[in-house]
Amino acid sequence: MTRQTPAWPDTYGDEAHARVGFFTDTSICIGCKACEVACKEWNQIPASNQGFTGESYDNTIDLGANTWRHVAFVEQRKSLDAGTDGADLALAEVAARNAAADGWGLQTYQDGDGLRWLMSSDVCKHCTEAACLDVCPTGSLFRTEFGTVVVQEDICNGCGYCVPACPFGVLDKREGDGRVWKCTLCYDRLKDDKEPACAQACPTNSIQFGELADLRERAEKRLEQLGDAGLDQARLYGADDDDGVGGFGAFFLLLDEPETYHLPPAPVDTTRDLGGLWATTAAAALAVGAGVAAAFLGGRR
Amino acid sequence: MTVVRPELGATREARGGGESPYGRPVIKEPVWTWEIPFYFYTGGLAGASAGLAYVARLTGNSALARRAWLAALGGVSLSPLFLISDLGKPVRFFNMLRVFKVTSPMSVGSWILAGSGATTGVSALNAWTGLFPRTAAVSRPVAAALGLPLSTYTAALVANTAVPAWHEARYELPFVFGASAAASAGAAAAAVTPARDAAPARRLLVGGALVEVALTQVMERRLGPLGSTYSEGPAGKFGKAAKALNLAGAVVAAAAGHRNRAAAVAGSALVSAGALCARWSVFKAGSQSAANPDHTVVPQRERIERGRAPGSARGVAGGR
Repeated sequence: MTRQTPAWPDTYGDEAHARVGFFTDTSICIGCKACEVACKEWNQIPASNQGFTGESYDNTIDLGANTWRHVAFVEQRKSLDAGTDGADLALAEVAARNAAADGWGLQTYQDGDGLRWLMSSDVCKHCTEAACLDVCPTGSLFRTEFGTVVVQEDICNGCGYCVPACPFGVLDKREGDGRVWKCTLCYDRLKDDKEPACAQACPTNSIQFGELADLRERAEKRLEQLGDAGLDQARLYGADDDDGVGGFGAFFLLLDEPETYHLPPAPVDTTRDLGGLWATTAAAALAVGAGVAAAFLGGRR
Repeated sequence: MTVVRPELGATREARGGGESPYGRPVIKEPVWTWEIPFYFYTGGLAGASAGLAYVARLTGNSALARRAWLAALGGVSLSPLFLISDLGKPVRFFNMLRVFKVTSPMSVGSWILAGSGATTGVSALNAWTGLFPRTAAVSRPVAAALGLPLSTYTAALVANTAVPAWHEARYELPFVFGASAAASAGAAAAAVTPARDAAPARRLLVGGALVEVALTQVMERRLGPLGSTYSEGPAGKFGKAAKALNLAGAVVAAAAGHRNRAAAVAGSALVSAGALCARWSVFKAGSQSAANPDHTVVPQRERIERGRAPGSARGVAGGR
């Protein structure tokens, strides 16, 4: 059911395992950040900068070398479009609340000021076509027998190419260390038949770990349920093989557009365009040669 | 809302996300430091200089050939120093030659640079001392052949990233870099070669500089809204400086370079500075584009709406 990757499963022969991943169902995320903590503890990740961002309860900001799970908090308000009159305002507020409840679905609507909170635990997507892995010049980034994407820290020389190559901004260089770090989908735990730390710590089962094929079936059912319950805006993100990265190993159920969660709506592994880019580069190289040769026409002076 | 964490803003430009409706950057800014735009320059200089030296020798212009080999050697010697200095783990630089990956322009480029370094070294040594004539006979064409992609592959390297202002410029950047490399090589050789032997170098300087300025304009125009990155902020300042320096250097070298040594040196210095500024402009444009979530999100949303990309999200009704 899930697509093969260039390095999985064939290169592993008998050692190949079914492809595993995460299904992060954000409709039941409560924003407790247990996943962030469990990830940090198990993987012994250095502390991130402490600070107050003023952006809801999100002081983690983004994924990076020292953050492999990031719980995003998105506060949404329906704006009140009303006159200055007090009675108008009250009527407009009621109308706006009703509109909010209709638009979002009663399950996510919270009373008071037409507010809802979207919470989502972001993580490395472990793409089928992984740009980070493609561009890594040392072979440090590799595809495991589980179909996941992992950095071998004893190989990485900190060239930093994967950092701007990732269409999700997942990887980053660790200051003071110099190498890049990212989610390993708890490769060490997988080897011992244990689920990743974040999934085990998640108290609501918002983070579900398993074989990717099973997770996709589960996600389809959940999407149907939410549709029946009136959450028209619910959508799966990264659950299909035909997107720009060949589908995610770690995909999501979102309650709004991906960009609302700071996620790209149509991410692409730019390796798809590399054939044309190499051809252009070769043509440009030949043009330089032609230019040099042309400079000698007309003699020495 | 602005992020109240100055330590992040200090290391990465515009980390706070600015005025975009999408808030924070979606992708990461490149972590490459000042060495990289200098390498773009030295690598381009080395590559095109090897080509220039090779053809100069073929035409019997050994005065120009010897100096161009020297410029190539200088460029190809400085390049790995810049690259290694930029690594997070410099002692592991040799891991670059651990594999060969055609999907990684950096891997391909590392091999090109390694081969170019060895062959250029032998060619330059032979040009100045006459040592190793047989090895040099093989090295010269190889150095020239590797020099051409050495002068353009760095464009493929930056264009093969998720950075919109780089990736969307993938049809122009290799030619811009190639022209810049040709101008750099012409300038270096024209500055140190006696005027009576330097005409080909001056032509390369003038032609490369003019083509670079013209292609950069074409690129910015074709990129549309993304193209403005190259004329805003630090990228814009470097871009304007590059244009002015290139045009001034080309005029000076073309007008007086053939009879006045000082004019040749001045023209060369102006164009060399212009080429360096051009590389810095592209480098900075990448950071600025990555920091701007509009650059990432808006074109992707447009591709979905025009039916040119399926997008990654699928809704309840199966629609995207």
